[in-house]
Amino acid sequence: MKVISMKEAISEYVQDGSTIAIEGFTAFICFSAAHEIIRRGIKDLTLCRMTPDLIYDQMVAAGCARKMVFSYLGNPGVGPLYCIRRAVEKGIPRELEVEEYSHFGMNCRYMAGAARLPFFPLRSYLGDELSRVNPKIKFVESPYDAKPIAVVPPLNPDVAIIHAQRADAMGNTQAWGLLGSQKEVAFAADHLVVVVEEIVDESVIRSDPNRTIIPNLVVDAVVHQPYGAYPSYVQGYYDRDNEFYLNWDRLSRDEGETRAWLDEWVHGVKDWEEYLEKLQEQEPDIWQRLSPGEAYSEPVNYGEYK
Amino acid sequence: MAMADYSPSEFMIASSASALAGEKVVFVGVGLPGVACNLARRTVAPEIEMVYESGVFGARPARSPLSIGDPTLVSGAALACSQNDLFMNYLQAGRIQVAFLGAAQVDRFGNLNSTVIGDYHKPKVRLPGSGGACEIAIHAQKVFLIMRLKKRAFVEKLDFLTSPGHLTGKAGEREALGIPGSGPQLLVSDMGIFNFDGKTGEMTLTGLRPGVSVEQVQDEISWTLKISPDLKDADAPSSEQLRIIREQLDPKGIYSK
Repeated sequence: MKVISMKEAISEYVQDGSTIAIEGFTAFICFSAAHEIIRRGIKDLTLCRMTPDLIYDQMVAAGCARKMVFSYLGNPGVGPLYCIRRAVEKGIPRELEVEEYSHFGMNCRYMAGAARLPFFPLRSYLGDELSRVNPKIKFVESPYDAKPIAVVPPLNPDVAIIHAQRADAMGNTQAWGLLGSQKEVAFAADHLVVVVEEIVDESVIRSDPNRTIIPNLVVDAVVHQPYGAYPSYVQGYYDRDNEFYLNWDRLSRDEGETRAWLDEWVHGVKDWEEYLEKLQEQEPDIWQRLSPGEAYSEPVNYGEYK
Repeated sequence: MAMADYSPSEFMIASSASALAGEKVVFVGVGLPGVACNLARRTVAPEIEMVYESGVFGARPARSPLSIGDPTLVSGAALACSQNDLFMNYLQAGRIQVAFLGAAQVDRFGNLNSTVIGDYHKPKVRLPGSGGACEIAIHAQKVFLIMRLKKRAFVEKLDFLTSPGHLTGKAGEREALGIPGSGPQLLVSDMGIFNFDGKTGEMTLTGLRPGVSVEQVQDEISWTLKISPDLKDADAPSSEQLRIIREQLDPKGIYSK
C-alpha cells in the first residue's frame, strides 16, 4: 500500500529548494498538489514543465519559485501568463531565473533523464537563437555521418507529480487521453507521486495492461484526489473549466487581485476538499457543467492462456 | 458580392483552407488555422489528417477546440500518443506536409519571433517562447504563416529568432544548416496573400483582399514590400465556405468575426 494523503505526500517529497515537475499537457494538471505546496509556503523551487500554464503562474505569484525550466509560457487558447511575466520582466514577487527549450527539447531532456543517458540528440535548434541564450543546448558531431546534431542534457527532477484517471493501491497507473510527457517524467524523477481520480482494484488494472503507463516500480506514493486536476481536465471525468482560465486572464493582470485570489482560494482553505466545497457553494452545478458525457471504447480480448 | 459580406478573419480562414487543396497531413494550431483545416477537410481536402502537437493524429473534433490540448481532439481521433512520439516519429521524421505558424514578429524572409520583445535577458515583453514552433519551422515540409498585418509585427529586424524561415535569404542556407523542411511558402493576412520568392526567399505580395490597396498593405509593413508582377485580387470566400464557417465550425464567431 502506497496510498497517502496530499498533505503527507507534499510534506514527504517537496522541500525548500527542490526541483519538481508537475507535468500534464493541458490535461491532467495537478493543481491540488500545487495548492498544497503554496499553502505550506515552500520556496526556492525549480519548477520544470513544458507549459507552465496557470499552475506555475499561481506558484510563481505565491513566491514558491526560484527558477523555471520550460518550453511554452501561455494560458492555453487564452493568452499570456501575467504572473510569470511580472516575475521575468519586473522581478515581482521575486526574480525568476528561466531555462528555456522547445517542446521537443524538453521531451528529450525527460527521455534522457528516464533512460539515465548523458544526453539526447534531436534535430532542432537549427538557424534559431535558443542555443545562443541557453548554454545547456549543445551540438556534437555525429559519429556516423560527421554532421553536427543538437543535444540536451537529462532532466531528473527530485520529484515528479503526475495526475491520472486511476491506479491501484500499489501505484500501477492507467491513463488515457493526451499523455504528454507523463511517462517519461515519471521514469526520470528520483521520486514519483501519482495523484488519481480513482483507486481501483488491482484486477481492474490487470484486465487492461496496455493502458498502464506507469508501473508501481517507480511510484513512491499514491494520492486519491478526485477533481484534483481542476480547473484543467481529466479525459472522460471532467472538462477543462474554460471560464476559470478566462477569469484568470483577467484577474492575474493585477498583482493585488492575484494575491487576494490566492489568499481566499488557497491560503483561505485547509485542503482540496474545502476548496471543492467552496467552488460548489459558488456554483452548485459546476460538475454538471463540466461533465463530458459518455463515449466508451470497445472492450478488447486479451485471451485466457492457461 | 458586396464588400461587407465577410470579415477579414473569414478571408484568412477561407484563403488558408483553399491553400490546403490536395494536402494529406496538416499540423494544426488553435484559432484561425484550426478553423481553416476543418474547413479544408469539409471542402478541398476531404482526406486530410489533422495532427496536433499535443499528441493527436487524425482528429475529428466535435466542437471547436478551445486549445491545442482540448479533450474533444482525443474523442474520435485515429490515434492519441505521447508528445515524444508525436515530435519524434511524426514531425522530426518529416511526415508532416503542411504546418501553420504565427508569431509576434515576422521579417521579410519569414523568420519568426515568439520569444521576447527587447533584450532576451531583460525583456520588455516576455512572450510565450517556442513551444513546438521552432521544430515545426524546421521539419514541416511546408509552412503556412497566418498573421494579421501590423507594422509592429512585420519588422525589419526581429528582437529574437525563435523559428527559422528563409534566414538571410541566401540560396541553400537552410540545407547547409541541415534543416529538412522547405520553410514558409505562404503568408495569409487579413489584407492580402504573400508567397516567398523561390530564389531570394523574400515575402512577396501576390493577392490583395478585394477592396484593399497596395498602399494600405505597405503602410502596415516596416520594409519596402516586394510586389509580384502578377499581383491580382485574391479570391473572396465562397458562399459555401462562409456557410460552413458560420453554421458548423464557428457558429459563435469566436475566431471568424
